[in-house]
Amino acid sequence: MKPTDISAPDYFHKVVDCQWACPAHTPVPEYIRLIAEGRYSDAYMINWRSNVFPGILGRTCDRPCEPACRRGRVEETPVAICRLKRVAADFKDDVKHRMPRPSAKKNGKRIAIVGGGPASLTVARDLAPLGYHCTVFDADPKAGGMMRTQIPKFRLPDSVIDEETDYILDLGIEFKGGQRIDSLKQLLAENYDAVFVGSGAPRGRELTIPGRKEAASHIHIGIDWLSSVSFGHVEKIGKRVIVLGGGNTAMDCCRTARRLGGEDVKVIVRSGFDEMKASPWEKEDAIHEDIPILNFMVPKAFVHDNGKLTGVTFQKVKAEYDAKGRRNLVPSGEPDETINCDDVLVAVGQENAFPWIERDCGVEFDQWNMPKVDAKTMGSTNPKVFFGGDAAFGPKNIIWAVAHGHDAALSIHKLISGEDITERPLPEVQISSQKMGIHEWSYDNDPTEDKRFKVPHRDKVVALKDIRAEVELGYDLKLALGEARRCLNCDIQTVFTAPLCIECDACVDICPMDCITFTQNGEEADLRQRLKAPSPHPDQDLYVADGLKTGRVMVKDEDVCLHCGLCAERCPTGAWDMQKYLIDMTHAGTSCPSKARSAA
Amino acid sequence: MTYIAKPKFHHPGLPKNGLGYTHRDYEGKISTLCAGCGHDSITASIIEACYELSIEPHRVAKISGIGCSSKTPDYFLGNSHGFNSVHGRMPSVLTGANLANRDLIYLGVSGDGDSASIGFGQFAHSIRRGVNMTYIVENNGVYGLTKGQFSATADRGSKSKKGVMNTDNAVDLVAIALQLGASFVARSFSGDKTQLVPLIAAAIEHKGAAFIDVISPCVAFNNHAGSTKSFDYVREHNDAVNRLDVITGREPISVDYAPGTVQVVEQHDGSKIALRKIDADYDAHDRVGAMSFLTKHAAKGQIVTGLLYVDPDADDLHTHLNTVETPLNTLEAKDLCPGTPALDKINASLR
Repeated sequence: MKPTDISAPDYFHKVVDCQWACPAHTPVPEYIRLIAEGRYSDAYMINWRSNVFPGILGRTCDRPCEPACRRGRVEETPVAICRLKRVAADFKDDVKHRMPRPSAKKNGKRIAIVGGGPASLTVARDLAPLGYHCTVFDADPKAGGMMRTQIPKFRLPDSVIDEETDYILDLGIEFKGGQRIDSLKQLLAENYDAVFVGSGAPRGRELTIPGRKEAASHIHIGIDWLSSVSFGHVEKIGKRVIVLGGGNTAMDCCRTARRLGGEDVKVIVRSGFDEMKASPWEKEDAIHEDIPILNFMVPKAFVHDNGKLTGVTFQKVKAEYDAKGRRNLVPSGEPDETINCDDVLVAVGQENAFPWIERDCGVEFDQWNMPKVDAKTMGSTNPKVFFGGDAAFGPKNIIWAVAHGHDAALSIHKLISGEDITERPLPEVQISSQKMGIHEWSYDNDPTEDKRFKVPHRDKVVALKDIRAEVELGYDLKLALGEARRCLNCDIQTVFTAPLCIECDACVDICPMDCITFTQNGEEADLRQRLKAPSPHPDQDLYVADGLKTGRVMVKDEDVCLHCGLCAERCPTGAWDMQKYLIDMTHAGTSCPSKARSAA
Repeated sequence: MTYIAKPKFHHPGLPKNGLGYTHRDYEGKISTLCAGCGHDSITASIIEACYELSIEPHRVAKISGIGCSSKTPDYFLGNSHGFNSVHGRMPSVLTGANLANRDLIYLGVSGDGDSASIGFGQFAHSIRRGVNMTYIVENNGVYGLTKGQFSATADRGSKSKKGVMNTDNAVDLVAIALQLGASFVARSFSGDKTQLVPLIAAAIEHKGAAFIDVISPCVAFNNHAGSTKSFDYVREHNDAVNRLDVITGREPISVDYAPGTVQVVEQHDGSKIALRKIDADYDAHDRVGAMSFLTKHAAKGQIVTGLLYVDPDADDLHTHLNTVETPLNTLEAKDLCPGTPALDKINASLR
């Protein structure tokens, strides 16, 4: 193998599995250390810079970071990264004075932002401090988009949304609530310098099976029903409720139904339980609220008595896999089953809808009726129009929307500064040795064996009575400290300097995870066979260094390194050092001004 | 030394031996030796060898004297018996323990000061008697604990860290072990575990006095230019005569070597070692040949390593003394005392 180029920012970024997996690349270990130090406001600001909505995401994020967390490979469960983010938000001091100020000098450029959800607000936040005049249009009276309308209040209280949307709106952003944009052409005619479309995926998918029309009064589309509940238009539901669908919206629907009078609420899904799209923890929460999840049942018809819904008939299926490993649901041969109910909530997916974008205004659409959007720049085929969030590539989640927002804001800033938007800036990287003394490091290098701490929940009886009572209470400070200590500090990198190495094997002998091997070089597949411990995750890089006196190479499998620093402590020559790599994505206007990328 | 204990986490995919233990289960406390000490690599090699042989830790007695090397039994086999004896007296204590309980595996760990100076006599007599043991000398050529004075194994003409020349002749423990009749003699290097681990495993399985001299650089006081026990010097002058593979019986004997280069040696207890020759002319069964080979190469400044001599049919002290199979420490009074009638009979015969 070629020696690893550790000067490429991506190499050590990948070692920080959580940060690499986060679409917005939040420097997770850094903020977790700050939480452990009791510096909650600092931890919040690090989050705020990267993911804009720490308090909201700390309650609702899809947490791509957690399945990636190294701790999950070292023991059973990853660090509760998401809920630690909430700790930062819950325990911070007033941070208003730390927020950027509205720009004193406007640059005279106007940006129209369609939709007031996470992607749009991120664009506004990134651009407003640079002097742009941002106008956000939303059909709803308040900012927040789906975060406000579709996520139940028992998961995300309004106060949290208000606080974090206000931080952005206070930057001098013009928010035009209750104003739906009906024509992109018209908007473009108003001579904005750029338009960002963050209008989400606002249409719930229909389920057209017999009885749908006849029994319509008791069949509701999940996301519409949730927003009606959110606005207080719906306050009741029947006692027996069936929720169709297996995503997070279905979980929100069933738990909301339990709070509006639903006593016998069931979730029924086509697929198997394990293949459901809902996050495991959301399924757990639903089951905890006495909601059974029935699987391998395909809805066949709504049963009604002269238009009054009485139940749903299901065909029983089983999963079969073809030669290519694709799953097919085939009838299992068991008789159909009719389950009685008073109401049905349909949560079988969301769709994009762009009736307001005229097909002749320069924005091209693909065969699926989605705008053609560049995944890097978020630009469309109209150079002035950018997309982000669910509007860009279909329904994803909040953290992806934030990431899109950052990328789009950067593109808009570069576009207006007359630069090539396809040239993307490198992240900012700060490297510093963490050595304090012979055996002292500036971080807690002694990994705790504690298992993941549970987040306390409100008593179920109390929680089910009040739809606005937040179910999760969040970690208290003691639990937060315990959970924070579980972080393995993956951003404190093991950096090897081959010319200093005397090949004494001290690091090999001390490494608790058998990560390090000194051996003859070879091709990667061959090298992985010759390591001191098995190497079951080829997606985890091997750190290879040559230039040793014996002609061998040092190979470190990054997979399960605890970042305990013992290799560096036992190294007699300082060939190993523990160095913190703080990697920060470059947002609009934040990079060092250079000729090549002054606006980036 | 380090401030934190070695984390208990281990690689989730670590292989397990016949007893269901990983190599981590054979560790002891964390080392307090200097960072980079060769002795720590020997510790790791002992751990690896015991793991590979699926040795039950409670069947091992590890005995040492005084010195950096003699601290190391604390760092491996944390669940074994141990005795940290007086300076240089490891061989005597080990001999006594072995006589009392022949059923344990005896691992004597010593250093060049402990064995070539203050305990030279003890060393000699335990070898001479053929005590069934694995005697490992962690040989760094200096007194590390007292800041690096030359030890008795420092080569004449080698230089101290401050540049002073050693004018005394060196004790070659391997040569002496050969002369005194050790039935398994090897030399290795702490920086070459692929050679060292099988040697330790084979020595443990050997019945009789097995002696291994392991050159183990002292990073603090003897790893500089002018030293003949530094990492660089040993690597440059290492003349390995053979390589071992210990055949544990679990894997089939691999025969993918060129014919005539591999010799399978069956030891007394039925265990087998595959001896891969590197030097075609070297015969590991020829004690006299080994001694002259060593002398010739030492004169050229070469460090001969590998399994230098093995007598697979060797006996041990218990055989020589014709002791009973039962360990002496488990014999009851009724086994040992023939009773009054027998005494009367003896007395009568002498009247």
